[in-house]
Amino acid sequence: MSAPNEPASDHVHTIVSPTVYAVIFGLLLLCTALTVGASYLEMGIFNPIVALGIAVFKAVIVVLFFMHVKYSSKLTKLTVAAGFFTFIVLITMTLTDYLSRAWGRW
Amino acid sequence: MDSQAIATHPEHAHGEHEHPPYLRHHFATVEQQRETASFGMWLFLLTEIMFFGGMFAAYLIYRNWYYPAFVAGSHQLSILLGTVNTAVLICSSFTMAMGVYSAEMKRKGALVMWLLLTILLGTVFLGIKADEYHEKWEKHHVPGLNFSANDFVNGSKGYPDDKLAPDMAQKSQVYFSLYFAMTGMHALHMIIGISILIVLVIRARQGAYTEGHMTTIENFGLYWHFVDIVWIFLFPLLYLISRHQ
Amino acid sequence: MSTIVSLPDQQTATLPKRSYLNSEYGLKSWLLTGDHKRIAILYLISITFFFFIGGAMAGLIRLELLTPQTDLMAADTYNKLFTMHGIIMIFLFLVPSVPATIGNFLIPIMVGAKDLAFPKINLLSWYLYIIGGTLTLAALISGGVDTGWTFTTPLSTHYLNTHVITAGLAIFVAGFSSIFTGLNFIVTIHRMRAPGMTWFRLPLFVWSHYAASILMVLGTPVLAIALVLVLLERTIGIGVFDPAKGGDPLLFQHLFWFYSHPAVYIMILPGMGVISEVISTFSRKRVFGYTAVAFSSVAIAVFGFFVWEHHMFVMGVSNYSALVFSLLTMLVAVPSAIKIFNWSATLYKGSITFETPMLYAFGFIGLFTIGGLTGVFLGSLGMDIHLTETYFIVAHFHFVMVGGMLMAFLSGVHFWWPKMTGRMYPEGLSKLAALVTFIGFILTFFPQFIVGYLGMPRRYAAYPPEFQVLNVLSTAGASVLGVGYLLPMLYLTWSLKYGKIAGANPWQATGLEWQIQSPPLTENFLETPIVDYEAYDYEWLANKTKNEVTTVG
Repeated sequence: MSAPNEPASDHVHTIVSPTVYAVIFGLLLLCTALTVGASYLEMGIFNPIVALGIAVFKAVIVVLFFMHVKYSSKLTKLTVAAGFFTFIVLITMTLTDYLSRAWGRW
Repeated sequence: MDSQAIATHPEHAHGEHEHPPYLRHHFATVEQQRETASFGMWLFLLTEIMFFGGMFAAYLIYRNWYYPAFVAGSHQLSILLGTVNTAVLICSSFTMAMGVYSAEMKRKGALVMWLLLTILLGTVFLGIKADEYHEKWEKHHVPGLNFSANDFVNGSKGYPDDKLAPDMAQKSQVYFSLYFAMTGMHALHMIIGISILIVLVIRARQGAYTEGHMTTIENFGLYWHFVDIVWIFLFPLLYLISRHQ
Repeated sequence: MSTIVSLPDQQTATLPKRSYLNSEYGLKSWLLTGDHKRIAILYLISITFFFFIGGAMAGLIRLELLTPQTDLMAADTYNKLFTMHGIIMIFLFLVPSVPATIGNFLIPIMVGAKDLAFPKINLLSWYLYIIGGTLTLAALISGGVDTGWTFTTPLSTHYLNTHVITAGLAIFVAGFSSIFTGLNFIVTIHRMRAPGMTWFRLPLFVWSHYAASILMVLGTPVLAIALVLVLLERTIGIGVFDPAKGGDPLLFQHLFWFYSHPAVYIMILPGMGVISEVISTFSRKRVFGYTAVAFSSVAIAVFGFFVWEHHMFVMGVSNYSALVFSLLTMLVAVPSAIKIFNWSATLYKGSITFETPMLYAFGFIGLFTIGGLTGVFLGSLGMDIHLTETYFIVAHFHFVMVGGMLMAFLSGVHFWWPKMTGRMYPEGLSKLAALVTFIGFILTFFPQFIVGYLGMPRRYAAYPPEFQVLNVLSTAGASVLGVGYLLPMLYLTWSLKYGKIAGANPWQATGLEWQIQSPPLTENFLETPIVDYEAYDYEWLANKTKNEVTTVG
């Protein structure tokens, strides 16, 4: 029988080694400590930016390594991207209303 | 009536490949079945992103509107418990990842052990979360059921300076509404995850996932890591607003 | 009038000995089936049931509006009626209408697969639908809901003592049924295509379902969370939408319409897929601009996520944001117009025949165009202030949903009925039904454009006497329309036993589904098909038929 004509196997199924998992695990714990520490520093508007930046970094390494996206097919990568795209659409398009409401009527 | 397929290649008929027992009839190959299941799981996770996305959007809007109330509300959360819980959840993600690896390596004993550890860590997380909820109840910080804005009008223990105008103090209800909605939905996902894990452990002990067919474990791993990611965002957004004030 | 219908000789024709219908017997074999075709039939029966319940409510609404006074029922009963009409028709009929029935039946066959990727999840989706439907009926029987189908806060959270929680749960559960259908379609279309079935050989029906599925998967969860927050606010009083606690009721509408605007494309896109198949088959031509039509489906899906605020222009959203959303709304008209133009171009110089599905498809094109264009009126800021919350809106979305989608649904049912059951329905009667539906529809909803433009508000049981003439017209039309919908119900049921044997390919169509027996085998194909021709290639079909004749003869 035949595989679907889509290049189903544009990647080889990789087994991620425990060493990689351990490194990521360590990084995640480190970042947790960092983000708690950063919240006690006075950085003005950079506080939420740093907090979110660290969270995004943690999420990205979880997605790439724990969830194997780095080793997955293009379709999986596209799917993840589509999810975040729609999420961003929801946030930004809603914010067009909330941010400009204060501008008043013309 | 017998005009069946359009053009068929008889040499592609059944029997060319060996069919392992776990290959469902409508798939051609094990690889196709595996990719299909994983793709399906990812699509399901997309719906989860959007499900939580609605609450994140609400959070962002209200945080902009009622920043002082959000700061004061955040000060009421225990940063120690929050950090410990974050670490616990990251550990559980690691044990889950190791579980997937053990299944890949076809080590039954290791798989069962890692899954049990994941259950344990998940339960610890929920226990700590329950303790935090209990504390909120005692401090009258549960909007709707048991709420008093006293702590935010008069300042509270540890944060005597959190004195908001009565109007803004009332808005801390929005913060706690979101806190309970977001962490509650997250906890619900954890409970569902642990229930599934228990089933997985039972099946793993029977050797279901260590004989070449481990898609279920892999996909459950995706779910578990996703729940972890949600918490990775909830932690700084809810616990760490302006701790320096 | 020429026809392309080619039925086998009725003297000798028989239904195939083995098919999905008779592979197993007994209720259990249906309720526990994994076969996408059987699940499609289960869905078809259930959505028809809910369609007639929702339709009966529409009938009562029109009857009340026959006279200007509230005489048939009390005003709050009327509120409950139109609410339940909306909930049932949208969540239990329109959203699953084409995808869960015709789509479920055909998508695996069209891509050359034995089944959907996840047969058990497909069955689960039907059970979720039934649970959602049961909860809706429970809400209805225990006293109904009167929030409007939109569950607008704070009305739904603070001011009503009706069964909002039951209805909300019903929609939550039915939403997951729709998510699972969409998920199954996307995975199937990506991963289960037969060898040679490239993306640009897929029938346009598959493309439009792919686009609709994306909307189901990404949009529905936002509705789910919005409803969960409403339910939490009603039960334990959390304050995300509660102005007294600092919440913003408009945020609920943002989240609600983030799903519910794309939802109208979930409803219409599969219908557009049906129309592409029908138009091509009955004009014997490849769909003009195949690629454009395929991508316009995807474009509608993508743009669909950028326009939701046009439902809220008069509700206090920011002017600047409304301007952006108004402009984006105009953009959605472009891919829809591309489809209409391409279908018209397909008809041009085609050898058109007027079988029943084609009549319904013509109905679709006309009515959808009117419905779509009035949507552009409503999307422009100034007009919207005048027309919103009037019967103009009611007419607009009924033109799209009933005139568009229901026509497409009936077109699809008539087109694939011989494939699903192996039998033909009476041709004359069905053409009559198509005509009656069209006339009844125009008579019902066209007067509502006028009465709405004159200023009659929607959602009231009473109205000023000067609007009565147009309302009487509308109610009269509704009774004609009712007959139009009952007719297919009757003769399609009749045809199950007495219809002529249809044979494998009564319409001489090119899709993969027409090359297998009708009704199909449980496993669809004996051998995995190898696709070596483009979609809608009628020359290929003519060659194939000629060769068959020579080999048999």
